[in-house]
Amino acid sequence: MSSCCDTPAFQPPPPPPQAGTLQTIVLIGPPNAGKSTLFNRLTGLRQKVANYPGVTVEQRMGLMAGVGRDDLTLIDLPGIYSLSPYSEDARVSIDVLKGKMPGTPKPDAVLLVLDSLHLTRQLMLAAPVLALGLPTLVLLNMSDLMEARGGEIDTLKLARELGAPVALISATHGTGLDAVSLFLNQQEARKAAQPLSLPVLGNAASTHTWAAQVSRRTGYRAPLSAESSRKLDNILLHRIWGPLLFLVVVVGVFEVVFSIGQPLSDGFGNLLAGAGNLLRPVLPAGWIQSLVLDGAWKGISSVLVFLPQILLLFLFIGVLEDSGYLARAALIADRVMRTTGLNGKAFIPLLSAYACAVPAIMATRTIENKRDRFATILVTPFMTCSARLPVYMLLIAAFIPNTMYLHGFLGLRTIVMLGLYVAGFVAAMTTAWLLKSSVLKSSETPFILELPQYRMPTLRSLGIRLIDRARVFLRNAGTVILMVTLALWVLAHVPPISVHGGSYAAPELADSMIGRLGHFIEPAIAPLGFNWKIGIGLISSVLAREVMVSTMGTLYGADPETQALNLQSALHHDLALGGSLALMIFFAFAMQCTSTIAVVRRETNSWKWPALQFVYMLTLAYAAAFVVNHVTIALLH
Amino acid sequence: MPPGICNSDLNGRTLNSDYSGRSFRVLPFRQPTGVRRLRVLSELKVGESGILTGLDLPESVQNHLMHMGFVPDALVTALRRAPAGDPTVYGIDGMEIALRVETAKAIHVRENLPADTLTTEEQELAGVGQ
Repeated sequence: MSSCCDTPAFQPPPPPPQAGTLQTIVLIGPPNAGKSTLFNRLTGLRQKVANYPGVTVEQRMGLMAGVGRDDLTLIDLPGIYSLSPYSEDARVSIDVLKGKMPGTPKPDAVLLVLDSLHLTRQLMLAAPVLALGLPTLVLLNMSDLMEARGGEIDTLKLARELGAPVALISATHGTGLDAVSLFLNQQEARKAAQPLSLPVLGNAASTHTWAAQVSRRTGYRAPLSAESSRKLDNILLHRIWGPLLFLVVVVGVFEVVFSIGQPLSDGFGNLLAGAGNLLRPVLPAGWIQSLVLDGAWKGISSVLVFLPQILLLFLFIGVLEDSGYLARAALIADRVMRTTGLNGKAFIPLLSAYACAVPAIMATRTIENKRDRFATILVTPFMTCSARLPVYMLLIAAFIPNTMYLHGFLGLRTIVMLGLYVAGFVAAMTTAWLLKSSVLKSSETPFILELPQYRMPTLRSLGIRLIDRARVFLRNAGTVILMVTLALWVLAHVPPISVHGGSYAAPELADSMIGRLGHFIEPAIAPLGFNWKIGIGLISSVLAREVMVSTMGTLYGADPETQALNLQSALHHDLALGGSLALMIFFAFAMQCTSTIAVVRRETNSWKWPALQFVYMLTLAYAAAFVVNHVTIALLH
Repeated sequence: MPPGICNSDLNGRTLNSDYSGRSFRVLPFRQPTGVRRLRVLSELKVGESGILTGLDLPESVQNHLMHMGFVPDALVTALRRAPAGDPTVYGIDGMEIALRVETAKAIHVRENLPADTLTTEEQELAGVGQ
């Protein structure tokens, strides 16, 4: 379907909606024009925003409460270049815009968001969108930057050329947004000018000519491209300095996570333990105290202590995404992607998987080729997500000595951590290569990547990211982790044994339900150097990886021998170095996450792929853990 | 401009009018006069620019690239190569777009002649006049 003849010639545009019938407004525009930032402003919601094309991959709806119009629904859409779909995410936008999306109301009005820094090219989208005949407000975003860099545009002339109202805005700073309310009121009062008839343009070339003419006639002067962006790229994309700086930054982040994050986490842990101790006298002694403090609280707080370190990591990811560096990193890594046969665009989802695999798998919708997309989905869970961090942190802090090399610039703990990240990445790349040279072979699709200009991340957006992440973490702790710890505590205390007539007591841990289950599976995991408690942890952590840590907290807390110790020292009780290293590598490879399994099933629309993926990753994890355990044992003797 | 006419010819040039998504052909361009060396985008050295003359790619890719600004007569500049030597970042319409070498090989350009030998229209399109 091309943009040309969808609107037949000579057909009058549909009449504007009746007064007061405005209900659904859509936000549309080219990728990275700032639609989601504006969406957040207009709705007061917190849709994810970042500085690279393709952040939004599905439609999001919200009430326009941000401008006091909560009777109106606003739909945020993935960015598009034209009305002919190129990738999955673009197809969604076009269907919603044309009112062909089942389950989504037809739009009554359109807010067309264009990046005023590159208006000439962005206007190419204006022609087909205006030709749809819907009431449209054209918003020229980032106008503050345009003016600061010496750009110019006559909005009145542009409005006359387009036959639609035009406003300069800055979604980041929230300026010029009253134009939106004004437009909505005018639409409802049916005062809006009849849209002029635009030339219906046949193809990209004629649209481009039209856009160039319009921008010339309206006195558009493109702002000077930011000199700073070029200068930064001279360094960041330098043949030698570029990759080197990338490495230095990554190592630096892990050092910070350990050297600053660890004391923060320790302090936070003491605080949590103190809070538990404050509760102790309040609660009645006996099983209630044991359930609340030794079961739930010990389990949850053993995970919660890692919050400061996870937030530090997210701060770093936020800076990467908001500054525009992510697209450059994709450029640097393209060579690696190419040897594996993966699409160059796969790198951005893979990088965002360092936070969490679920949004990363959804981000693969920007990959046009279906086979490339599936291959990316299948390898994404190998990337070290933030849920693995608590497991790694706990085991590294417990088993790896804090030895420093290179005059204190590089710690052994950082090296081990980095090794685990590299192991995940190598596994992902090797698997991708295997897939791309066998079942998912396809002809190479071109790599087309738009590099956004660098922007200073705002404190506001970084703050929002951290608050949202902390909220997700706490919600998980309050639901999944709480449930699992309570269930574990119960299983650790049944069946009760009767002690002299009438009164019951908890069984020995090894005799409890959980102990029996653990000992039942122990033979299968003993070759990896794991004890039965770890076995239980491996099962419960299929729900989510951090559940491993809370399970350890609860089980060691329930064991009278280790009850008084902190979790790190308790682990030493029955886990050796070989087993702990094996456990880390197991977590690097295994697909311990039900959310990921669910999202893979949804995105590939079959159980076949997630099942295959789970079995493959589990096998690899088992084999790697086996080798690591035995090699470590051999080396120590 | 008469309203609602399909394919209004703004340029005074015949454009492929019935683009239905199936039979796209490379747009007709003015034949080069004199000696103009035809090249492909990947041959541009960093810092060099060329005027785009045509795309020789699968149709959907071609359409996508054209909507990103890779249209005939556009001025393209090779800005920098990635640290590994590929992909290359090209500047077009003030945007920076990275392409791998095999894509750049399929994009034909002619030499960017000094501005005075171009017609006014070409200057406009190439952005020289800005």
